[in-house]
Amino acid sequence: MLKDQDRMFTNLYGWQGADLKSAQKRGSWDNTKALIKKGREWIIDEMKASGLRGRGGAGFPTGLKWSFMPKDSGKPHYLVINADESEPGTCKDRDIIRHEPQKLIEGALLASFAMQAHACYIYIRGEFYREAEILQAAIDEAYDAGMLGKNAAKSGWDFDLYLHRGAGAYICGEETALLSSLEGKKGMPRNKPPFPAMAGLYSCPTTVNNVETIASVPDILRRGGSWFAGLGRENNHGTKLFCISGHVNRPCNVEEELGIPMKELIEKHAGGVRGGWDNVLAVIPGGSSTRLLPKDICDEVLMDFDSLRAVNSGLGTAGLIVMDKSTDIIFAIARLARFYWHESCGQCTPCREGTGWLYKVMQRMVTGHARVDEIDMLLDVGAQMEGHTICAHGDASAWPIQGLINHFRPEMEKRIMEYRTRAVDAA
Amino acid sequence: MPKLTIDGIEITVEQGTSILQAAEQLGIEIPRFCYHDRLSVPANCRMCLVEVEGAPKPVASCAQPCGNDMKVLTKSPKVVKARQGVMEFLLINHPLDCPICDQGGECDLQDQSVAYGYDRSRYAENKRAVKEKYLGPLIDTHMNRCIQCTRCIRFSEELGGVESLGLIGRGEVVEIAPYVEKMIESELSGNLIDVCPVGALVSRPYEFKARPWELRKTETIDVMDAVGSNIRVDSRGNEVLRVLPRLNEEINEEWIGDKTRFAYDGLKVQRLDRPYIRDGKKLREATWEEAFALIASKLEKIDGKQIGALVGDLAAMEEIKALKDLMNAWGSPHTDCLIDGAVFDAENAGGYLFNTNIADIEKADAILLVGTNPRWEAPMINLRIRKAALANRDLPIGVIGEQLDLNYKYEYLGAGADTLTGLRKSKSAFVKALKKAKNPVVILGAGALRRKDGKAIQQAVAQIAEEFKIIKKDWNGFNMLHTAASRIGALTLGFVPGRGGYNAAKMIEETKSGKIKALYLMGADDVNFKGLSKKAFVIYQGHHGDHGAIHADVILPGAAYTEKAGVYMNVEGRAQIARQAVFPPGEAREDWKILRALSDFTGSPLPYDNLQGLRAAMVTDHPELQDINVPMKVKWKGLGVPGKILKAGFETSIKNYYQTNVISRHSVTMAECTAEASGKTNKKVAANG
Repeated sequence: MLKDQDRMFTNLYGWQGADLKSAQKRGSWDNTKALIKKGREWIIDEMKASGLRGRGGAGFPTGLKWSFMPKDSGKPHYLVINADESEPGTCKDRDIIRHEPQKLIEGALLASFAMQAHACYIYIRGEFYREAEILQAAIDEAYDAGMLGKNAAKSGWDFDLYLHRGAGAYICGEETALLSSLEGKKGMPRNKPPFPAMAGLYSCPTTVNNVETIASVPDILRRGGSWFAGLGRENNHGTKLFCISGHVNRPCNVEEELGIPMKELIEKHAGGVRGGWDNVLAVIPGGSSTRLLPKDICDEVLMDFDSLRAVNSGLGTAGLIVMDKSTDIIFAIARLARFYWHESCGQCTPCREGTGWLYKVMQRMVTGHARVDEIDMLLDVGAQMEGHTICAHGDASAWPIQGLINHFRPEMEKRIMEYRTRAVDAA
Repeated sequence: MPKLTIDGIEITVEQGTSILQAAEQLGIEIPRFCYHDRLSVPANCRMCLVEVEGAPKPVASCAQPCGNDMKVLTKSPKVVKARQGVMEFLLINHPLDCPICDQGGECDLQDQSVAYGYDRSRYAENKRAVKEKYLGPLIDTHMNRCIQCTRCIRFSEELGGVESLGLIGRGEVVEIAPYVEKMIESELSGNLIDVCPVGALVSRPYEFKARPWELRKTETIDVMDAVGSNIRVDSRGNEVLRVLPRLNEEINEEWIGDKTRFAYDGLKVQRLDRPYIRDGKKLREATWEEAFALIASKLEKIDGKQIGALVGDLAAMEEIKALKDLMNAWGSPHTDCLIDGAVFDAENAGGYLFNTNIADIEKADAILLVGTNPRWEAPMINLRIRKAALANRDLPIGVIGEQLDLNYKYEYLGAGADTLTGLRKSKSAFVKALKKAKNPVVILGAGALRRKDGKAIQQAVAQIAEEFKIIKKDWNGFNMLHTAASRIGALTLGFVPGRGGYNAAKMIEETKSGKIKALYLMGADDVNFKGLSKKAFVIYQGHHGDHGAIHADVILPGAAYTEKAGVYMNVEGRAQIARQAVFPPGEAREDWKILRALSDFTGSPLPYDNLQGLRAAMVTDHPELQDINVPMKVKWKGLGVPGKILKAGFETSIKNYYQTNVISRHSVTMAECTAEASGKTNKKVAANG
């Protein structure tokens, strides 16, 4: 279990103030100038040494991502912070913005300096209205204190930070869709290549990072990459915010070391599953798009990128959705299928047509008004979407259903048989 | 220069070539819907997925640039499966109403479904239904069939320059829609029908008329403007059913203007299908013999010098040549083709040709438009300017004359003479750019020369062109833009007043004094007939009963451009051969044959009996006609010092794009467009929804 001195987000629950003074008491903005004076090479090397993997879901090594930014492009560079936290089951960025905004702002300065960006945009989800107010207040406070603007934090680096509110589309959390939306266009993902590091915002070199990733930067740089790398498991270093929701006694956000067993995480921090651990039906480990895990896997599995990948799921955003035996698992997944159908941008064929198809068939699966071979068809349609789309929305739509079929196929077949029996009886 | 292999075949391509283009070079077909050579690449249909060794996922070959040592597979099982998947997705919400769809038989979706899709559907749910959209009298929509490839959006935004279509909604219910339901305000809107890979956007006039395999396809040349767009005329029986563009990279690429595409229904209305003779106030039907005998008896009584001849806007070079020869035989110098009253130096070809080739407009780095609205006078040339402006966002474009609604940014310099002559002293940003330009272009509208001082304007522009180094050793940026398809051909054949000959206006005027006793109108309708004396004997040869036929004493029914073989010379001086698609109606005949027959009656037989003979005579007299499909190269000679230019501003020649000649004036479709464009229509205009 994570020791208290290794916690980064010490005000995650808002027990102290979110204002600049309180944040400074917790260590934010402590001689930021000195960190910047060490130079951008040092910052990027330190980030690489920390082994921090992007906290937005894909888990791409952050230091490596930063090093992709061209050195002399002749164009302005941008850092864009993705605060469009829309993945169902995830609410970590929201609490960082509410209670630790200065960590995010300081991280933005450090990261922007490392990537030679003089401007950084925070794209915040439209529904986060209060959070946007809080963050804007924090930004204003930082400007007033000289932490932002010309010669930010007396580091000699000019830095401007802008907050942009989205309109609430899930797809705008995809990095290229976010950039399109930020540019004032329709939030539709762009084809890659070119990657944002070459041609991102306004066709300039851009890095898009998650809020949690950026908010981790100041602590990593202060305490050293080796400190961060010392936490967690091989290749899955550091701490992570876990969001535990669903049928648990005390749903919560909690910062924990990567690699903590799922069972321990739920029992220790969320007060255990409703009706005891044996009442678990399934857990979605990393936000709605990851494949669900049945109880026998949940008993053993560790919460990190590679362990969850090994059981054919993923850490994603680390938003655990716990479902106990009272859950109609087919309905639950059908509801997710509806979400992905509703949030598809409609640009490319497999996702536009496939999400609707999956949702419609899933609706029938809920009542059992389907054929058994349609279960295989669902898998096949999912496979036709997966990897064939511009962005990962196609994959994300297919995964929950694949998880359902992989682990709960007998349940689905039973539902179909029951429906048939009822139909025959009625006739 | 990356070197890669596609399906095991090695190829080296230019940097930046996409995999799809490289495969095309090798003759490997990769199916696609959203990709179009001349539009931006959204990579959203996902039909062109291919496997690249080492890549975890199949890649969209249209958007993926070739890399060194790439190994691309276009026929692997993974690719085949991916295509089948995309094809199935495209079809689940497609109505599959091919039997009643106009696109049936020439549909990308149909063809590719057969080639790359499954042979059955697994989709058992309800299909999506999409409301039809109103896009004006030219395009009908069947939005259920739409596969959201966005080609239409990209065409109208990029090449059309109108932002009238967009993708609204999202996800499964996303639809292509005009933001406000009204006619697409572009003279290129018909091309949306061509770029649409399915039957979602179809031609409204052609709708439900025919199947593509029933049509006879004739490759020919358009006469609606003077650009000579290459077209294909599709006909069934003796009826022209539609006009489509034909690829010619040097002129129209694969586009045509709406007038070219849709004016063909004017070919069926108000046609002259038999000879007529004036009987008092009325015209009565007659036989060819009667008509010719009457003409012969009338002309016999007058001196050859008292005959005048005018050539209209749609005449092919064959009949112009025959008429010219006939006039020579009769001994008359009164021939003219500038029936619109334009005045310019007709002796010096360099001064009236479009010297910069049309395709080279794209290279221009400064463009000056004088008294011209290329958008209406020559949509294909305007498209090139638009493309140049797209490639170079700061392309300096200056306009002298009317303030125009063009689909690119321009600097308005002024209305007329003062601006033109003041250009050399001007300090405007445009003039600075023009002075520095490497490939400057000036386009002078022939319409602006329809006034007494026309020649002076032409000379003044030529002088500016010389001073600003618009004409150099390897670049001639001086261009005149005509609107009549016959004009350059007639000028080349010398159909202008001979020694002591009258021009068009003078010929009409002199009918009063009796110096002109007979007038031969070869399809000349757009003439100012005011002042034409009743005493004059007027022969009208043409295909429509329009302004010219009203004044006629004898009408000889001729053939329209789809009904005869002919050579047309476009603004660049490029001779192109038009072919006969259908037969002229009734008694009407090909025009040169009429003249040949008449020449027998008047006792001055023309020395050719067939088309080959006529063309041979034409080439003998004008050796420059030997090279077909090549623009005329003329050495710049200068036009001399300009005379005085009047104060009035330069006017453009076309006030209504849709109706500019006899055919388009009689087209119902064009009339509807005119009404809609001017807002005089009862069609409801409502916000979408």
